[in-house]
Amino acid sequence: MAKAYTPGLKVSARTLYRARRLLPVHGEVLVKAGDAVKSRDVVARTYIEGDVTPVAVASQLSVPAGDVPSLMLVKPGDTVAAGQPIARSKGIFGFGKKELAAPAAGTVESISATTGQVILRGAPLAVEVKAYVDGRVTEVLPGEGAVVEADAVFVQGIFGVGGETVGPIRVACSAPGEVLDAAHIAADMKGCVVLGGARITAAAVKAAQDAGVAALVAGGIDDADLKAILGYDLGVAITGTERIGLTIVVTEGFGDIAMAERTHGLLKSFAGREASVNGATQIRAGVMRPEIVVARTAADPAPQAGARPEEGALEIGTQVRLIRDPYFGLIGGVAALPSEPAVLGSGSKARVLEVALADGRRVTVPRANIELIET
Amino acid sequence: MSAPVPSSKPAIDIAKLRYILATDCGSTTTKAILVERVGDSWRQTQRAEAPTTVEEPFANVTIGVSNALTEIGELAGRRFIADDGTIIRRRGDADPDGCDLYISTSSAGGGLQMVVAGVVAQMTAASAKRAALGAGAIVMDTIASNDKRKPHERIQRIRELRPDMVLISGGTDGGNVQQVVQIAEQIAPAKPRPRFGGEYELPVIYAGNKDAAPQVRAIFGDPKYGGFDLAVVDNLRPTLEQENLGPARDKIHDVFLEHVMAHAPGYDRLIAWSDAPIMPTPGAVGDILQRIAARDGLNAVCVDIGGATTDVFSVFGGTFNRTVSANLGMSYSISNVCAEAGMDNVLRWVHIDMDERELRNRVKNKMIRPTTIPQSAEALVFEQAVAREALRLAYVQHKEFATTLKGVQQQRTVGDLFAQQASGQTIVDDMRLDLLVASGGVLSHAPRMEQTAAMLVDSFEPRGFTQLAKDSIFMMPHLGVLASVHAPAAMEVFERDCLVRLGWSVAAAGEGKWGRKCFTYRVSGAVSASGELACGDVALVRVGPEQEVEVVVEPAKEFDLGAGPGKPVARRVKGGTVGILFDARGRPLMLPESAADRRAAVARWAKIWETR
Repeated sequence: MAKAYTPGLKVSARTLYRARRLLPVHGEVLVKAGDAVKSRDVVARTYIEGDVTPVAVASQLSVPAGDVPSLMLVKPGDTVAAGQPIARSKGIFGFGKKELAAPAAGTVESISATTGQVILRGAPLAVEVKAYVDGRVTEVLPGEGAVVEADAVFVQGIFGVGGETVGPIRVACSAPGEVLDAAHIAADMKGCVVLGGARITAAAVKAAQDAGVAALVAGGIDDADLKAILGYDLGVAITGTERIGLTIVVTEGFGDIAMAERTHGLLKSFAGREASVNGATQIRAGVMRPEIVVARTAADPAPQAGARPEEGALEIGTQVRLIRDPYFGLIGGVAALPSEPAVLGSGSKARVLEVALADGRRVTVPRANIELIET
Repeated sequence: MSAPVPSSKPAIDIAKLRYILATDCGSTTTKAILVERVGDSWRQTQRAEAPTTVEEPFANVTIGVSNALTEIGELAGRRFIADDGTIIRRRGDADPDGCDLYISTSSAGGGLQMVVAGVVAQMTAASAKRAALGAGAIVMDTIASNDKRKPHERIQRIRELRPDMVLISGGTDGGNVQQVVQIAEQIAPAKPRPRFGGEYELPVIYAGNKDAAPQVRAIFGDPKYGGFDLAVVDNLRPTLEQENLGPARDKIHDVFLEHVMAHAPGYDRLIAWSDAPIMPTPGAVGDILQRIAARDGLNAVCVDIGGATTDVFSVFGGTFNRTVSANLGMSYSISNVCAEAGMDNVLRWVHIDMDERELRNRVKNKMIRPTTIPQSAEALVFEQAVAREALRLAYVQHKEFATTLKGVQQQRTVGDLFAQQASGQTIVDDMRLDLLVASGGVLSHAPRMEQTAAMLVDSFEPRGFTQLAKDSIFMMPHLGVLASVHAPAAMEVFERDCLVRLGWSVAAAGEGKWGRKCFTYRVSGAVSASGELACGDVALVRVGPEQEVEVVVEPAKEFDLGAGPGKPVARRVKGGTVGILFDARGRPLMLPESAADRRAAVARWAKIWETR
């Protein structure tokens, strides 16, 4: 009998979290292996080329493109100030010479005799990469960045919007089944990672934006609310670059759904502690899920050790989450793994398993419709 | 025929083959089949599938392959996967384990996002966009010298985008060099970064004025810019009157396979396992369709609807066209189907009460957990409604593409170019369509054949007499790649085990008031039936796959069944597992405007499909 495997989301009280903090282009690494870093510390910095300003010299001086190089007052590599003359036409018999001023400051990057176009490059722009989590630098990738490791609490969400942010955890919903509404958001939550319970309402998001909340974490969200928040209907799950003023992570899915008790309890137990949150989600090749990371300290109690199932393997007793209607969001233990396919209510035949739900029911679901709750 | 990924493998001795394993690694599911030599025949004997394992914690596509092959081994009573997870090779006739050949197709890797550029928005940039769309890309932006943006705005926009590749066109061969070089001069310094992988050089395809190619090469090869992988192909607009999209489209497909899809984790290992070059799934399906159409002299359309993409293939008058609608699919892209089609259009196919808010959440839940399957009858109705819209939109895109590409070159006059709406006749003519083949999960795995036929008819709206078929267990991709190694075996399996003839759609083209006479039909021979259909009616006559009948239809004067308005048509046809559907709903398909009437009509049509 082949083992059944199914992907799941990680919810771990203790894991070795490893972040590769890389610059988009070659630059300078500011830390060394062994350094202790805080989440907001800059670990690498580079400067990318500044903005480009093309100047149509030929057309502005009314000369053929091929004449442009000979009319330039500056050469590639020269620095120019805004308003500085950069080209001058010959005029007729020395009269009616026309000068062209640089429309922006920068460096002359190229002068084209084919197009008569000159490219000015603005001042370099700094790009910094922060540590993102409190931890220790374990490896330096020269010119690229560093690897930061942390003994951490790690919770993967199912879907998120918005990029990386950091802030202390504030518990807004004390129970995992409590809906996170505007009334839960207080003015002093500015810069915090706010822990909800079940669904986040659009009003809560609006209130959080107004209060300057760093991130909202909850069980679910309504698609209609997400559309209102983003201003468009999300077609494919590739997110992380939204500019909505905060980061949102949902741990279970879309709709009225409570956060898994374990996830909520774990994050709640770290209230007040600084969490690193990233909403970036990419459900395609190279899958990326949103995450919440809290660096542990020596004072934190060790999590209870339990028997760990083989990663990804499905066995009797394995805790699973049902991820499709009519049982969407329910959690239970695998009770049976029949090898023969069964006919579903839809009329399709599929391999199934039986799950003993927390409320005592025993339901049969397609194997494709569950995910492991990984520890 | 599509070009497979180059690979150096030892020659295959066809005579010694007995056990052939083939997989198709889709973006959601990895499907495996076993093809065996049984006596003198080749038969597909087993199939199995497993979730595609590109997600963590596996992040290796070959784990899904191993899982599917392990399962197929259990069903066949033969081990195909060794303890170390690799494929077992048969060492001789007496060996109880292993296979002789392993081949695969793959479409894992998701969609393709491109930036296209040209000199004039309505001309070369439009051609570049058609080439990209036709190759299945999402066009993130179209850059043109006359796109009403200032050069620095254009450059800023390019900097913000994270495309998988860039296609540059511009200028006719021998024409103006300056403008297309200017476009290149704006793109190179903008240095757009690829969506995936920091070390990956951004592919740039140049398909413009050939005289400008050396300068374009110099710009993208300039060390101060760096980070580009430039490919130069034939100009997609060699003259103003001529559009030549083929080379650019083929190059986009190659680059997609070599760069974008190769980011599916474990792909390098899959290449090493395979005895023949891995083919992209749509390429393999297209190849097998062309072989059938050529052999039987047919006009054929095949659709393959997957999780992320929907591919439509057509062969009309021997001319092949293929489109990949990158963001029309049933899992990763299901939300995009609903957004593009609009929820109202999806729900017009649903005849039971459903809460829209709840449905929107279900769609998103399917998007974020793409491998789930419908468990309840209600969930299936909704999923098949979404499929109808995905298929409809993909077919519209295909027709738009085929209007501009007749084989390799599309002849147009300059006048046509400025009156784009009126230009070009589509070569995809629904009245001349002989065979419509359904492939891909939601069509191939529909619990009942009638559901597959209904989805095909509702979304493709075939006209006149059209034979409907389905790929029994979604093995056209496997047979396409098998044909590249052993064509006779592939064609034999195709006939015996792959193609399931569902029957015929006999549909009247034209519009009329509901309740007015549309056409009469008479079936004689192995099965007898006759009737008159009013506009809005459908009738299903059960004629089995081995039963041959004479069908005579006589349309009212405003309707056409293939011979012209009001003219009768007689055809001798063999039936299928579903039978012959006489469709008087009109073409284009007419649905009642009021929601209640529409729901009643859809419920009535659904009941017809259940007629015994």
